[in-house]
Amino acid sequence: MDDLRNGFFQECDELFEGLVEGLNALDEGRGSRETINAMFRAVHSIKGGAGAFKLDQLVSFAHAFETALDDIRLGKVAADAPVVALLFTASDHLSDLVEAARRGRDRGREADPDRASAVLRALKALSGGEGDASGDPTTAQSAVVAEFEAIKLDLGLDDPAVFAGAGHPAGAGGDGADRTGRFRIQFRAYRDLFETGNDPALLFRALGELGALSVRVDDSAVAPLGQFDWCEPVLNWTLDLVAKPGVAEDRLREVFEFVEEVCSFEIKRIPAAQSLSGQAETADLCAMLPGHSVGDAGGRTPPVAEPDLGDGAVSGNERAVCETTCGATTCGETVGQASAPADEGQIIGAVSAPPVSECAPLDGKGHTIRVDLQRVDRLINLVGELVISESMLSQSMGALPVSSTAEIDIAMGQLKQLSGMLQESVMAIRAQPVRGLFQRMSRILRESARQAGKSARLVTQGEATEVDKTVTERLVEPLTHMIRNAVDHGLEDADTRRARGKTERGTITLTAAHRSGRVVITLSDDGGGIDRDKVRAMAVEKGLIAPLETLSRSESDNLLFLSGFSTAGEVSNLSGRGVGMDVVRAEIQSLGGRVTLASVAGEGTTVTISLPLTLAVMEGMIVQTAGETIVVPATVLRETVLASEAVVHEVMNGDSVLQMRDGLVPIVDLGRALGYSAETGPLAAQSLLLIEDDAGNRTALAVDRMIDQREVVIKGLEQNFGQVPGIAAATILGDGRIALIVDIEQLLALPGSIAPPEVLQNAEARGARHV
Amino acid sequence: MSERAAAKAHGPRREIFTFVVGDAGYCIEIEHVLEIRAWTETTTMPQTPEYVTGLMNLRGIVVPVIDLSLRLGLGRAAATPRHVIIIVRVSDQTVGFLVQGVSDILTVEEGDLKPVPRVSLPATQSFVKGVYTLSDQLIRAVDVHQILPDRDGMAA
Repeated sequence: MDDLRNGFFQECDELFEGLVEGLNALDEGRGSRETINAMFRAVHSIKGGAGAFKLDQLVSFAHAFETALDDIRLGKVAADAPVVALLFTASDHLSDLVEAARRGRDRGREADPDRASAVLRALKALSGGEGDASGDPTTAQSAVVAEFEAIKLDLGLDDPAVFAGAGHPAGAGGDGADRTGRFRIQFRAYRDLFETGNDPALLFRALGELGALSVRVDDSAVAPLGQFDWCEPVLNWTLDLVAKPGVAEDRLREVFEFVEEVCSFEIKRIPAAQSLSGQAETADLCAMLPGHSVGDAGGRTPPVAEPDLGDGAVSGNERAVCETTCGATTCGETVGQASAPADEGQIIGAVSAPPVSECAPLDGKGHTIRVDLQRVDRLINLVGELVISESMLSQSMGALPVSSTAEIDIAMGQLKQLSGMLQESVMAIRAQPVRGLFQRMSRILRESARQAGKSARLVTQGEATEVDKTVTERLVEPLTHMIRNAVDHGLEDADTRRARGKTERGTITLTAAHRSGRVVITLSDDGGGIDRDKVRAMAVEKGLIAPLETLSRSESDNLLFLSGFSTAGEVSNLSGRGVGMDVVRAEIQSLGGRVTLASVAGEGTTVTISLPLTLAVMEGMIVQTAGETIVVPATVLRETVLASEAVVHEVMNGDSVLQMRDGLVPIVDLGRALGYSAETGPLAAQSLLLIEDDAGNRTALAVDRMIDQREVVIKGLEQNFGQVPGIAAATILGDGRIALIVDIEQLLALPGSIAPPEVLQNAEARGARHV
Repeated sequence: MSERAAAKAHGPRREIFTFVVGDAGYCIEIEHVLEIRAWTETTTMPQTPEYVTGLMNLRGIVVPVIDLSLRLGLGRAAATPRHVIIIVRVSDQTVGFLVQGVSDILTVEEGDLKPVPRVSLPATQSFVKGVYTLSDQLIRAVDVHQILPDRDGMAA
């Protein structure tokens, strides 16, 4: 039961994602009828699930919500701005209710009873207080049942295998049979279709989105196993499609556009009067099953998708089918016909699942499985070890005499490539689109705007960008801070905005994108920008900078990241308690990211966060210093120079500075900073790594030798060792030895690691400031 | 590993894992021992107490190695390839103990654990919770929790 419950809540998360997506679409005025339908289905599914778990409060609220959506769907109510705002609030409230139920407080006190009744009243008012008949919990439950059935796979394929698309009434229902187009498609794949990587299942799925599809396969040409040439496709498919209104034959042809050359297909339009044999069969078969009414002419129809028709439809061809299936198992999933029968099973799920159906879940985005995160992590660890073993192996192979054959080299090359690909794919499992995160932020924005009495909207871009799950989770807090900041300090109030010639409603843009192996998230507002004079005065007042210190623009903007800094004239409920941007920065840095801020007075502020794609691997420069092998994260690395080719001035006591075009950069001996050696190495023979932190402070790290820049697998130290100052983590090198990954910023903040203060006063003042 | 000592007929019994540090016999409870590894070169850690020899790679897991001799106040073990590393699990930490050699697994009675005689080094005393006398030799029972004070303590 608990499993089911958890499953329901997880599903709710997905449904909310779809719901909010729809709301945003409506808000931006690009909503269509299908948008409303999708939202309706989401709410409906939540209600259905909640009904199954006796979450009465949730059910009744979802019901009111659903009724309102239904009215919008039917065109009784126009989806104008106030209505959309109400829907947003309703969705927030619904999400709160689900959250409360998740924590087991459904019957207890509710988060915000005032809002509940207010929203409920507003929703009821919207729908004129009527509409109780539509969708009571019983229908809702059957919707849930339908979802489960739709996933059922039946690999013991029967002939004629009939699969009907869910949702639309199977027979000629009252659903305007005249308006719909009926098509019969004869389809046969050529061998090339499979060899070019196409799959009939995908084509059928695409067709399924155009209407109610039933698929029949003629497998009479399948030879018994043994005589079976698995490279030669032999199946013939007959597809009957009751197209959705407005779907013309061209749309059907488009589906086959890319496979025209590698299959034969024939599309025929069937007059409405002619009964579709496939559907008739479906109806018959379904009628045989207890509890499944088919062809219900009512609006919300129980699903007809019941792929597991198995026993009811045994045909004389059973033997042949069985052999086909066996063939598939034996031949594996190589190119060719043999894989088709196995695919058939997926078609069942696929064709009945797309958003065509009225009761199906909202997302037609794809098929997912839920896996325990620990299992994934274990897999990732194992693959990491595999990669290490592989490089150990190839290193010892390299030590072998040259006489070893080239075959081994080829095999090793393949192994390397495969393990690399394996690692990449495994990492991809943990990756999640930022969509969910962004949607949470849109809610935060609405709430902050309401509290601050400002009008604002969130524009999101690149929601599909995928980031490691841990990263998305840990971004919630910093982004929340940033959004609140933007609303509270960034956006001006309506009067000021009008005076400045801006729209009253402020816009906050949240974008995500992949850029050179990192994820870049930006949050920009079109507010007043940062008042640099005010920031400066504040910093001086708080003793963060010297009164006469000159700061560059970026230095000044980055003062905001210092701990204990707040420019808000008065402390508000939302932000301005002096915690905020420094917390944001600390959190981002602990994720291995960087955060920078840019502002144009009167035009707005942009905060940019750059993050590693995954927390498991990072790009690092492997160096040698004082006899130890150390990894310097490439993220802070700007350039590398040979000390012998650079202009280096010795200041005193062996402390040196590097002369750059734009100033002097202190040189820090990495070995000495880490405490490996008391002396600095002979500088002339060393290499310098120029590093720069987020605040723009530069340091040149002197190392004995640069070895290689490559990706390293990050191995945490905390579990078995605890935090070590200056050390971020460890990694395992190709020879199986462990190398430490330095945390440059922490290292330079350690006492005694930076050059004497009297020489580099300015530099040190900066260093001290970002501690 | 070898035959166990003859068990006595009464009292709760436990198995101990005995090893040699500085030519003397020590032991820990068997449930802490995960495996025994041959001596391997370790990666030195900065900013750590001297008795942390460094980090070793245990099949992809980073494991700190503690020089038990140094930790017990007996001076640095001149690690040779004949030394061994006992991989030990304490609470949720996995660490390696660098010792001179491993001896045996013995079954003893809990009641046989005698308090430490007040003759040994103070450092040794705080890490040894008692001694077992077995025929002609004295086995010191090491308190693994004392050896690893806590994560922060070790890394400090």
